Amino acid sequence: MRKPNLPSARVSIRHTCGMSEVPQPPQRRRAHTNTRDLERYAGLFAERTKVMRSSAMRDLMAITARPEVISLAGGLPDTSTFPPQSFAAQMTRIAQESAADALQYGPTEGFEETKDCILEVMAAEGMLPDPDDVIVTTGGQQAIDLVTKTLVDPGDVVICEAPTYPGAVPVFCSYEAEVIQVACDGDGMKIDELEGLLDRLRSEGRRPKFIYSVPTFQNPAGVTMSFERRARLVELARLHELLVVEDSPYGLLRFGGEALPPLYQLDGGDFVIYLGTFSKILSPGIRLGWAVAPPPVMEKIVLGKQAADLCSSTLTQYFVREYFAEGRWRQYIEDLVEIYRRRRDTMLAALEEHFPAEATWTEPDGGLFIWATLPDYIDTSDLLAKALRADVAFVPGQAAYIDGRGGSSMRLNFSGVDEDEIREGIRRIGKTIADQVDLYDALIGRPGIPGREAEDMAAGSRSNPPRSISDSSAADSTVVPFRKAGEGPG
Amino acid sequence: MRVAVLKGGRSLERGVSLRSGARVEDALERLGHEVLAIDVGSDLVKRLLSDRPDVAFVAMHGVGGEDGTAQELLEILGIPFTGPGAAACARCMDKSQAKHSMREAGVPTPDWFAFNQAAFRELGAADALAQLERGLGFPLVVKPSRGGSSLGIKFASAPTEVPGALVSAFSYDDRVVLERFVDGRELAVSVLGDEALPVVEALPAEGDRYDFEARYEIGRTRFVCPAELSVEAERSVVEAALATYRALGCTGFARVDLILGAEDPWVLEANAIPGLTDTSLLPQAAEAAGLSFEDLVERIVELASPVGTH
Repeated sequence: MRKPNLPSARVSIRHTCGMSEVPQPPQRRRAHTNTRDLERYAGLFAERTKVMRSSAMRDLMAITARPEVISLAGGLPDTSTFPPQSFAAQMTRIAQESAADALQYGPTEGFEETKDCILEVMAAEGMLPDPDDVIVTTGGQQAIDLVTKTLVDPGDVVICEAPTYPGAVPVFCSYEAEVIQVACDGDGMKIDELEGLLDRLRSEGRRPKFIYSVPTFQNPAGVTMSFERRARLVELARLHELLVVEDSPYGLLRFGGEALPPLYQLDGGDFVIYLGTFSKILSPGIRLGWAVAPPPVMEKIVLGKQAADLCSSTLTQYFVREYFAEGRWRQYIEDLVEIYRRRRDTMLAALEEHFPAEATWTEPDGGLFIWATLPDYIDTSDLLAKALRADVAFVPGQAAYIDGRGGSSMRLNFSGVDEDEIREGIRRIGKTIADQVDLYDALIGRPGIPGREAEDMAAGSRSNPPRSISDSSAADSTVVPFRKAGEGPG
Repeated sequence: MRVAVLKGGRSLERGVSLRSGARVEDALERLGHEVLAIDVGSDLVKRLLSDRPDVAFVAMHGVGGEDGTAQELLEILGIPFTGPGAAACARCMDKSQAKHSMREAGVPTPDWFAFNQAAFRELGAADALAQLERGLGFPLVVKPSRGGSSLGIKFASAPTEVPGALVSAFSYDDRVVLERFVDGRELAVSVLGDEALPVVEALPAEGDRYDFEARYEIGRTRFVCPAELSVEAERSVVEAALATYRALGCTGFARVDLILGAEDPWVLEANAIPGLTDTSLLPQAAEAAGLSFEDLVERIVELASPVGTH
């Protein structure tokens, strides 16, 4: 076998995308792995990596990044309205007054001043935790990770909603949890089904380590857990001494209606661990979030945090402190809410106009997402492939389930695109769906056109009428949307 | 030599293509070539005209790069390129066309029917499904006629599942193929030049289907190369693969996918630009033949036909 010749000095012209040809110094580049290497590394991987599944959607999603694609698949808040001059002034102040400190390590649990800001945010939703119960994290994502790291052994049960925040499941899987999902409807997680599940687990001698919920303006379904269910969930937690992890990034992004008390508030902090983040109310790029937990749990979380990254970014925390000191953080949120409300309304109107009668969707009172459900013969993963040819993208519902459900649903984001793009994007998706529906009708024989003769064949009659939304059985447990297409307003 | 690596593009297999392309670029540099990496777009021709590569290494997968489109352009521009020529690519890409060529050459391939959407929308082809299903039996394989990486392939076990499977397949292509399902071992024979490389067998770690995810995740599919086959079986498999390669007019390199049934091999498809990623089958087969990835890339470049001989 020939050994490759490594060049001594060579010029290579790479990626000639409009850049002038500049000789690059020779780059040492690893030859890609061969099968032997693959096996060598594969044999070293920890068990916990083997359950981590990379999504088949990732390759398709790479195409959504093309500039001509209208992507309703993102989850990005709009950061374009953050005033650049304020940003500059805040950072300048930090540089001039506290450069050395801002560039230094900070305490593992985060600065007291950061916690002051966190307490302000939580107070705005009616919660008053003890600052000692709060830890500053590197984004809400790390908070999920630390809580799971603290609580979950391989094989432990973690319960979450169906659908659930897609970013949480890989965390649970990386700690080898057994994830069980409970269906939602327009009022959030079905607590009666949760109770049934808890009974079943108890009969097997098992209990969940925690129940993970995004009760307010859930990503992806947009639904909010009703007051009655919140009360019942907290009651169940106290009764069975179960932990509930309340993940709440969107609580302050409310467009209308009455705010509901957070689970943490109803519980008082004994059995509910609260996760918050600055990502959607200030900036996702600063990577700052938090967790609130009872002291014995918090102690372990702090140890885990220390092991993970020693402390969250000091510079980021100084920025947040400066920002809150100016006192306009609530106004910024209100401005954002205005923008998002208009975009939500635009999307709802566009759905009404362009989606077929068989489609249904949620009407969230806040947050960033609408969840639409199509007739169940449509697979939204395949639909995405077709939609991409029309230069539009969404997130297929399967991404939010672990067991292959959600195949006929999709998550649509309205925060990251402007109103024209929303209208045009929904129009394109609507057209794509209409094509699918027409095709399906042609395949099974439209009503009125003589259907195919019933054949004496294998089981399964083909004379089934076209499936309507009312046939979506409970067994499928997709989110029952708040409102059907075709109904009048309100 | 100055080698332009064409990769990326707009097909659904763009991600795979970028990985194939990157790996090829590495190898070409190690071989001492000057590399021009081109993520193909509307400026492809301009770039090729201004940069004047000596040869183009086509690492694009799917529509645009594997179906003859890019190859025609390269022929017009007079740039030698790797892999099969435009006509052969077009024949390989469209499964139905490929299967017709196979049938004509006497290569065994499962029975099938092909439709485009117009057949259903305008000619009431749905009324023919019953007879089609009777002819092919169940389970049926429903797949887009031009598609790669197992995207859009569905199995229908009963008549009620066929419409949904068709709708899925039509998401990827305006033409679909409904094919008789053949149970057996999943084999791939890569051809380099005019010689078959050792046979690779794909054994999915879980489930019974070789789906898109399994193909590109390390650890989810076990590959065996060379596959454990009797002398007879191997001979018939290699013969079928080479006959397919010739019938489709391939040159340079290609990969033929087959099912080895209880008695005989059945050819499913030929891939004009097979994947060259870390988990792809052609590089593994080359390795089993004693060729490193650099050796493979070098050979492929050597086989790049001069202009006008495709």
